[in-house]
Order: sequence, then structure tokens, then C-alpha cells
Amino acid sequence: MKLQRLFAGLLAGALLLGSANAAEIAILNVSYDPTRELYQDFNAAFSRYWQGKTGDTVKVNASHGGSGKQARSVIDGIDADVVTLALAYDIDAIADRGILPLDWQKRLPNNAAPYTSTIVFLVRKGNPKAIKDWSDLSKPGVAIVTPNPKTSGGARWNYLAAWAYALKQSGGSEAKAREFVGQIYGNVKVLDSGARGSTTTFVERGIGDVLIAWENEAYLAIKELGPDKFEIVTPSLSILAEPPVSVVDKVVDKRATRKVAQAYLEYLYSPEGQDIAARHYYRPRDARIAAKYARQFGKVNLVTIDDTFGGWRNAQKTHFSDGGIFDQLYVPGGKR
Amino acid sequence: MASLRRFSPLPGFGLAMGYTLVYLAIIVVIPLTAVGAKTFTLGWDAFWAAVSSPRVVASYQLSFGASLLAAGINVVFGLIFAWVLVRYRFPGKGLVDSLVDLPFALPTAVAGIALATIYSQNGPVGKLLEPLGVEIAYTPKGVLLALVFIGLPFVVRTVQPVLADLEKEVEEAAAGLGASRWQTFCKIILPHIAPALLTGFAMAFARAVGEYGSVIFIAGNVPMVSEITPLMIITKLEQYDYAGATAVASVMLIISFVLLLIINGLQGWMQNRYARGA
Amino acid sequence: MSASIALHAGSLERQETASTREPAWVRVVLVSVALTFFSVFLLLPLGTVFAEGLRKGWGAYFDAMVNPDAWSAIKLTLLVAVIAVPLNLVFGLAASWAIAKFEFRGKRVLITLIDLPFSVSPVISGLIYVLMFGAQGWFGPWFYEHDIKIIFAVPGIVLATIFVTFPFVARELIPLMEAQGSEEEEAAVVLGASGWQVFRYTTLPNIKWGLLYGVILCNARAMGEFGAVSVVSGHIRGQTNTMPLHVEILYNEYNYAAAFAVASLLAVLAIITLGLKTLVERQTRRQLQDIDTPSGE
Repeated sequence: MKLQRLFAGLLAGALLLGSANAAEIAILNVSYDPTRELYQDFNAAFSRYWQGKTGDTVKVNASHGGSGKQARSVIDGIDADVVTLALAYDIDAIADRGILPLDWQKRLPNNAAPYTSTIVFLVRKGNPKAIKDWSDLSKPGVAIVTPNPKTSGGARWNYLAAWAYALKQSGGSEAKAREFVGQIYGNVKVLDSGARGSTTTFVERGIGDVLIAWENEAYLAIKELGPDKFEIVTPSLSILAEPPVSVVDKVVDKRATRKVAQAYLEYLYSPEGQDIAARHYYRPRDARIAAKYARQFGKVNLVTIDDTFGGWRNAQKTHFSDGGIFDQLYVPGGKR
Repeated sequence: MASLRRFSPLPGFGLAMGYTLVYLAIIVVIPLTAVGAKTFTLGWDAFWAAVSSPRVVASYQLSFGASLLAAGINVVFGLIFAWVLVRYRFPGKGLVDSLVDLPFALPTAVAGIALATIYSQNGPVGKLLEPLGVEIAYTPKGVLLALVFIGLPFVVRTVQPVLADLEKEVEEAAAGLGASRWQTFCKIILPHIAPALLTGFAMAFARAVGEYGSVIFIAGNVPMVSEITPLMIITKLEQYDYAGATAVASVMLIISFVLLLIINGLQGWMQNRYARGA
Repeated sequence: MSASIALHAGSLERQETASTREPAWVRVVLVSVALTFFSVFLLLPLGTVFAEGLRKGWGAYFDAMVNPDAWSAIKLTLLVAVIAVPLNLVFGLAASWAIAKFEFRGKRVLITLIDLPFSVSPVISGLIYVLMFGAQGWFGPWFYEHDIKIIFAVPGIVLATIFVTFPFVARELIPLMEAQGSEEEEAAVVLGASGWQVFRYTTLPNIKWGLLYGVILCNARAMGEFGAVSVVSGHIRGQTNTMPLHVEILYNEYNYAAAFAVASLLAVLAIITLGLKTLVERQTRRQLQDIDTPSGE
């Protein structure tokens, strides 16, 4: 009886304390295009989790756009507490301006990428052009839709996956890869400025035979826009796309939101966070969740950016900077 | 300030002029200088490299070429519009007259999405053109189409009032002297409305060169083929190349300024020639 | 700019005699060309916006409107217009008073500078404010330290909107005031009226329709601007998205019907604007005729 009373008192006290201290916090997650649906669910889950844990109400605001554009907003001073972008290079660019530390990728497990994805093909039902692998994309008469690697983060993964494939074939070399990728981009019909634009072009406008896309984006397109109209083709080899996340130190220190921002990102690694990611067709890191959703994802040989391209900074400089290999592919007289 | 102007008995010049200059400086001049200042951080060689790389040059060709062509198309159709609106009666005329300005009032993004929907190969018009082997959306033709759309009101609205003010007696006199209708049009009417057509052309052109929102949805954005110059600015920004972006921007700004000086010169010329006589 | 001339347009019609009329077939051809072009280029896009918006039925259409994010976008768009339009109105009055009523050197350059925002690419219009107020920009660090947000917040969106709508009121009033001359005002001054009285009782009644016309055009652009606002907005859902940006977001979420539903609301605003404009045009024309006739110029 006494114990019960004590408990009740404690509980009431805790509630009182809780409600006295319960604050309303708002944090801003600046993210890239294909994560809209993922973070809509995740933000709601995190708010519940955080309220249960601390009693505070947290509202997570969201901003989505092309990964490079979003990084630029952070550089130009948008008050992002966390960034969740398409590739490490974009967060590197933020770090270069001293807004967060250069070793940001070491602060969270798995290269600071709580979920991964890869690059697959979306084709029209029945696969009329019989597209099975990257080599089928370089054949004449195949019309490809993919975003522009200069303006879209996802598109850079697409490009590098094709490059890696050519490199890993028997007798593969830099020169062969360049020719192969040149042939593929010679077949590209529309280069939208973002991943979402490409999906719309392919799905809604009926342009092209194949869309090179994020795996999660391809599944989402099928789910939202017609399982009876499209199918996914997983190539024999693709790239391990790691969309990384980070706390933005300069902002959280100023707004005193580090604790909740940090918890927000850590929650992505929790079983609940991993489950939500998997439900939105991202490949989870957590082995148990991965096993649960194993049947959802195609089997594919994955290469990493660090092993094949020597990291993002290198890849960016060689391939995507002005005058880099991607630009050369399009210069008249260059290999097409 | 007072020494700048000739005497006038009216009050308020200092206040009005002062306010105008301050507001102009804050909103327009100082921000635009920021573009110049950022560009100067580049140095001449880097500037030249940024504004003359093959992809950027190809984008000038598309942007300026398509804008010229679009403005030309608008001159022809704008003249026809102005002509039938001023001179003929036909069903739906009131509707046509008020909706000619639609491209001006409709947000450019909405126009772009709508045009892409209509002219892509599964859209209502694209579907009809596809069997003929004509593709519009996602080719340079798509860019042209969007630019024609946004430029139409400018020619119509500059030519319409001039055509309306044209005195009938002149045409009657020409007819009385035995001129055919076509001769009258070429020798009398066309010279009269030429400055207006030219002004409309220049305005449609100026607007088209910088257009972004409506074009981006319908251009294929393929390098060297269907990338417009404003997209090159965005592309450079996405690579955190602020100075390169402002370099291309300042090239466009200078062109805009020169174009406007020409337009205003033309308008001054038109006013001197016709306004008092009208 | 178009506006200044468009003023006199509208359904002006002339009485034709046989000698100034084209053969019937020419008239039919010209009208058909115009109507075809009109249908394909103007009616079809407009119709498409509504048809696509209603693709999932009226229920979905209204759901798209009452969605909280859509509401906040509508409110933000109205707020921005309510701030930007009056500021440009005051500027337009001051600029046209100085330019039309007085002679001074450098007038053409001043007019060209006022026109400049019209032909500056919207992309650049947004970029300039990032260069000014961005964290890496000229004044950005100072504002950051003082915790004042310009870009990625309402002030930046307002600034970009003011920039793109800058010329409209001024360009509307300058030719109108020039055409009216300053004799009436000078007479009022001679009769002992104060500056404010001259403006209030002599000038304002003469320019009120032209002024309204400029405001309508200015407002249409303010509510519909996409490119420039997109650069400075930051796209924070429910906070810094205007209606055109909200359309883009819905479109990017594969929510095509809702995107076109919100777009159709913008189209309705455009049509209302054009309707108002037609009305104002009639009034202005009447006013211009009143001026032209007695002065005998």
C-alpha cells in the first residue's frame, strides 16, 4: 500500500515535472528529393518517441530538393539542425565552409549512412527492349531517362554505377569505361535536373525505354503510379549508395538543439527507424531488419565508392567538375 | 539635385527623386552590383573560361537562337492577333482579347507543367504529332514552344494600340489612288506599325532569354542540345561554383541592359513620331 | 512595360468601308489562324490545368485546397503580395512624379534601370539576394550574428518578389503622366495649393485607373513568381513555400492531381486578374479620351 502510494506520488511528480519542463522544440531536417515519404513517417515516429522519452514535443520541419541545392541552402545560412543528403560530397562541401567538422562521417556508425540504396532500372511492363544489365543500355535504339549528374546527386550514383560495371568486366579499363559510359549517355533522351523530374518524365510522360533510378525511388514509383505498368530490373553489378546524415554543428550550437538533433539521427539507427526505412524501400543496416525485408530487394553485387573511385572528392573532381569526364562525353568530337 | 533639372514650378522633385533613387539602389542596383563584385573575384582568365566553355556556349546558342526565333514567330502571329482584334468581328473575340495576357499572369511553373503535359508524346497534342514523327517536348522545339507561349502578349499588346490609332483616311486615300489592299498594307500600314513590331519583338526576346520556370519542365536539358543559359547558372551553383555562376549571370545582365536601352530608345522614337499625332 | 502600351488596347474597333476592307477569304483565314493559335497555345494549357486538377474528382480537388500545407502556402503568397505591392506602388508614384513632371539629365538611363528587373532572368533575381544576405554573402554574417533572418525566411521572399515586380506600377504611370502633361498641376500651384493637395486633388484623380492597372499587373506577378522565389525560399514545408512552390512540391511527390488543383487556383487568380484588367482598361481608355479631346493635341 505504502509502496503503491509512493509510486503514485513519484509518477504524479514526474508528470508534473515533465509538464513543467515540457518544451516545444522545432528542428529542421534539410533533405534531398526521394526521402519525402520516408521522413514524413519517420518524423511522426520520432516525435512520439521523443515525447515518450522526455515529455517534450518536437516538431520536425522538412525541406526537400535536389541534394546539391539543399547543401547550398545550408551553406547560405538556412537553419538546418540536421542534413540528410544524397551523397557525402554534398556534406563535405558544407564542412569545407566550417559549418560542421570535416570528420563528420566518423561521428555516426556505417559512414554516417543509416540506410543504403543502390541503382536499378525501371522498365515498361514486359520489358519490351529486353533490358537485363548495364550492357543492354549502350545498345543503339534504347532510349534512356536519367537525371543530370551535374545537378542531381542520384544521377551521380547512376553514372558511377555504369562506370564501375564497365571497369569490372573482363578486360575492363578506364578507356573502355569511358567509351561505355559515353555510349550510354549518347542514348539518354532527357536529362532532368532532379531524380523526381526524371521519374515523372519516364512514368507520366511515357518518354524512354528505361529509367536509371534509385532502388527506393523505383519501388515507390511502382507503388504510387502503377504496378501493372512497370517492372524493376536489377543489374548484375551496381554501386552501394550511402546517403549520409549529419548534425549541423553551427546551427544546433546556436539554437541549443544538439541533444534532440543527435537523438533524431540516432533514432534512424534504432530498430524502429530501420524498419521505417525498409518500409520505404531503403536497405536497412540492422541485420535483423534486413533479414525481415530480405525478399523485398533484388540480389546484386555491390561496389563502393571508396574502393572503386577513391572516395567522393576524387570522383567529383575526375568526373563531374567543369571540364571533367562527364563534360567531355558531350563535347563534339569527344567519344559519344 | 536641383542643378540637374530645368526649372519647374511643381513641388516635390527632391522628395520624389530622392525616394526613387534610394529605393532603386536598395532593391536593384546594390544587389546587382553584388553579381559584378563576385564575378571580379575570378580574374580575367577564369572568367573567360567560365563564360566560354563549350556547354555554356551551346546554351547561349540555344537561349539566344530559340528566343530570336520565338520572338520572330510572335511578330507574325502577334500581328495577326492584333489585326483581327482591331479590325474584325468574330465569335469569342472578347475572350481572345482578355486571355491574350494569360501567359503574363499565369505562373511560369504552372505554364511549364501544363505545356509538358500537352506536348509530351502521351499528351493530347503530342499524341497526334507522334505518328507524324514530330516530337516537341524534351527537344529544342519544346524550348521554342515555351518561349513562344510567354512572349505572345508583348507583340500583341504593343501593336494593337498603334494599329487602332491608324487613321482610316490614309488607307482610303491609298485605295482611291488605285493601290491594292496588299500594296496598302506593305507601303502604308507596315511602315507605320514597324516600330511597334520591333519593340514587341525586343520585349518578347528580352523576356525569353532569361525565362526559366516554364522552359525547364519541357526542355530535355541534354548538354549541348537542350540546355538553356539560366540552367547553366543553376548547374554552376549546384557545384558550389558561385563565381562561375555570377560570371554567366553578368554576361546575361549586360545583354539585358543593352537590350532594354535599345527598347527604350525605340519607344522614345515611337513616341516622338506618333504619340503627338495620334 | 507591355502594360504601358497595353493600356490603350482592348476591344478597340473601327468602322470599315469597302475600300479599307480585305476580301472575305483573307478575313476568314486570318481569324482562323488567330483562333487556332489561341486554342492551341492559350486555351489548351488553361484547360489542361483544370482537367488535370479534377482528374481524381471534386473531393480530391477540395482536399488539395484545405490541406494545411496548401493553406500556409496560400497565406504566405497573400502576405508577400500584401507587402510587396504597396511598396512598389509608393515607389511607382514617386518615380513617375519625378520622371514625368520634371526634366533632368540621365532620364533614359534611370528608366532603363527601373525596367531592368523585367528582363533579368528570375534565376539571377534570386541569386543576387543570396549573394547579399546569404551566410557567405556581403551582409549575411552581420544579420546572422544579430539573429535576423532574411533569406530562407519571409523577408527574402518579399525582397525577391519586390524585385521581379519592381517596374510594373512605375512603367504604367510614367507614360500616362507624360501624356497628361503638368499644366493642371502648375495651375493648382499658382492658385496656392500645397504639394500634397496638388497630388491628392489634381494628379491622383487623373491617374487612378492607370495606377489600379499597374497594381493589378504587379499583384499578378507577385503571386505567381516561381524562379526567383524558389532560389531564396529554402522550401521548408508549411513555412516558406508559396503557392507556385507548393505546386512544384506536390508535383514532385507524384501528387499530380493535387498539384494541378493548386495550380488551377493560381489560374483562377490569373483569370480574375485579367477580368479586372479588362474592366480597368475600359475606364482608362475613357479617361484618355477625355484628356485627348479637350486639349486638342
